[in-house]
Amino acid sequence: MTLRRRLIAVVGAYGFVTLAVVLWAPTVGSTPISLSRVFDRSVPWTDNVDAQIFYVARLPRVLAGALIGSTLAAAGVVLQALLRNPLATPFTLGVSAGAALGAMLAIAWRLDVGALGVSSVPIASFLGSLVAMVIVYGLASSQRRGLSTNVLLLAGVTLNSFFSALILFVQYLADFTESFRTVRWLMGDLDVGSYGPIVAATPFIVAAFVVFSLLPRALNLLTMGEDVAASRGVDVSRAQRWAFLSASLATGAAVSLGGPVGFIGIVVPHLVRLMVGSDHRVVLPAATLFGAAFLVLCDLMARTLMAPVEIPVGIITALIGGPFFLWLLVRQS
Amino acid sequence: MLRADNVSFRYQPAAPLVVDGATIAIERGDLVGILGPNGSGKTTLLRVLSGTRAPTTGTVRLDGTPLAALARRDIARRVAVVPQEVELAFEYTVLEMVLMGRHPHLGMFEVEGPADYAIAREALASTGTAHLESRQFHTLSGGEKQRVVIAAALAQAADMLLLDEPTTSLDLGYQLDVAALLDRLNRERGVTMAISTHDLHLAASICRTLVLMRGGRILAHGPAERVLTPDNVRALYDVEADVHLHPDTGHLTVVPVRRLRR
Repeated sequence: MTLRRRLIAVVGAYGFVTLAVVLWAPTVGSTPISLSRVFDRSVPWTDNVDAQIFYVARLPRVLAGALIGSTLAAAGVVLQALLRNPLATPFTLGVSAGAALGAMLAIAWRLDVGALGVSSVPIASFLGSLVAMVIVYGLASSQRRGLSTNVLLLAGVTLNSFFSALILFVQYLADFTESFRTVRWLMGDLDVGSYGPIVAATPFIVAAFVVFSLLPRALNLLTMGEDVAASRGVDVSRAQRWAFLSASLATGAAVSLGGPVGFIGIVVPHLVRLMVGSDHRVVLPAATLFGAAFLVLCDLMARTLMAPVEIPVGIITALIGGPFFLWLLVRQS
Repeated sequence: MLRADNVSFRYQPAAPLVVDGATIAIERGDLVGILGPNGSGKTTLLRVLSGTRAPTTGTVRLDGTPLAALARRDIARRVAVVPQEVELAFEYTVLEMVLMGRHPHLGMFEVEGPADYAIAREALASTGTAHLESRQFHTLSGGEKQRVVIAAALAQAADMLLLDEPTTSLDLGYQLDVAALLDRLNRERGVTMAISTHDLHLAASICRTLVLMRGGRILAHGPAERVLTPDNVRALYDVEADVHLHPDTGHLTVVPVRRLRR
């Protein structure tokens, strides 16, 4: 089957499933609602409780889940190819730790300077992710003309533990309420409250995806090594820079929106590769769609399994993702 | 013509030169063998010649234009490289891998069309690997991998091929197969080649020009029958060797006699 046909088949099938999940998820919850009443224009908004629950309580959360899920899955795909390491995740290179530190500081210092309908915590966490990105990028490009993926990896891992120590320190000094908020943030939470944060994060994510769309063939060739890729006509250093910057920007925006929701960025790319092969022109769109459906479904479980108690979504993704990851490890060796 | 003028290269600023003042010209249609002991700079010289590494000093020119002035894509359409070994980070089928050779010929969002598939399949057929098309690359034997990697470079449709030890991991039968394949590509399609190798038989049987390298420097450069002498073999490998014309094959044969300690 030619690539074009495969792409149409994959995007069609994955797109259909994802769309169905995204439309269905808001109808499920502790209060049953009916879609026909939600879309019934004859009932005024103030009386239409179903519509209010759908649009105000659940849809923003489902959209945030879809956006974060697809972003982390796609960023995972890009970073695994960039680092030539199937075990890399969007959080490997320190961006999420930077975001977490930013969020911790905003919570601990009780910063309250929102902008454009976004509160201080996501803004601080996005800034934190940018700081981490600049540090890692600077270190990796200081030694030679291209990006050193080795330094990228080592700097990222080191920065992760460095920031984690700072996060623990901030938590240690914080009082109980703040401490609980920081811990809760670290577990990942898709309850963004309104459309504002989603709208604010979207431009960064869209920009990153525009770059992603230029990368797949270069990513395919990079998996054969830098020298082979270069000899096949890839501008290796440019491709690596764009891959790192776009994936980091997207990760930073997604983490600021929903916290560091783990395992999406590694589970989804691997599941998708098992199903569609390794050609990044297919893997990237497939992982983007599958990531959205995966996180929305995980969040659905988080909302309903112990209702009315909500389980943090990061716990659900890790409970599903952890064993899967271990199975992959065993299978690979 | 691919020409390196007084080219030197080091991997790190303070590191020793791996290629030291090499001047070499690869003429159109020629089949050049690059011989030298381990660590003599053969692989690095090929990297510099293919433009994947920029020389520390000196210039490499492709038909008169410095490589540094050409886009990677443009170089890749004219010069293809067969690396010593390819290790994939992810699993690709043989056909997918060979199709990747079409990269420099495709536009930004263009996908491979029927013509590209035809070129890829022809490359597989000419290396005797057509039957492996839908196998996963990592499940192939060393000899199969080597031939698929050559096919991927052929799919690049460049008229110059730089090969880094193409017969190293092959058994005797495949060594002769690959030698015959390279010879045929050179004679029938006029593909210019430079081959780095430890395989003196390969060098003697198909290479018309030989370049001898040691310690990053070029010791000798010229027609194979003039360069491949007992003296040069000794200078290159510290090995005393018998070089004579083999009556049946009609080319030189090198028989190592003993190792000389320096």
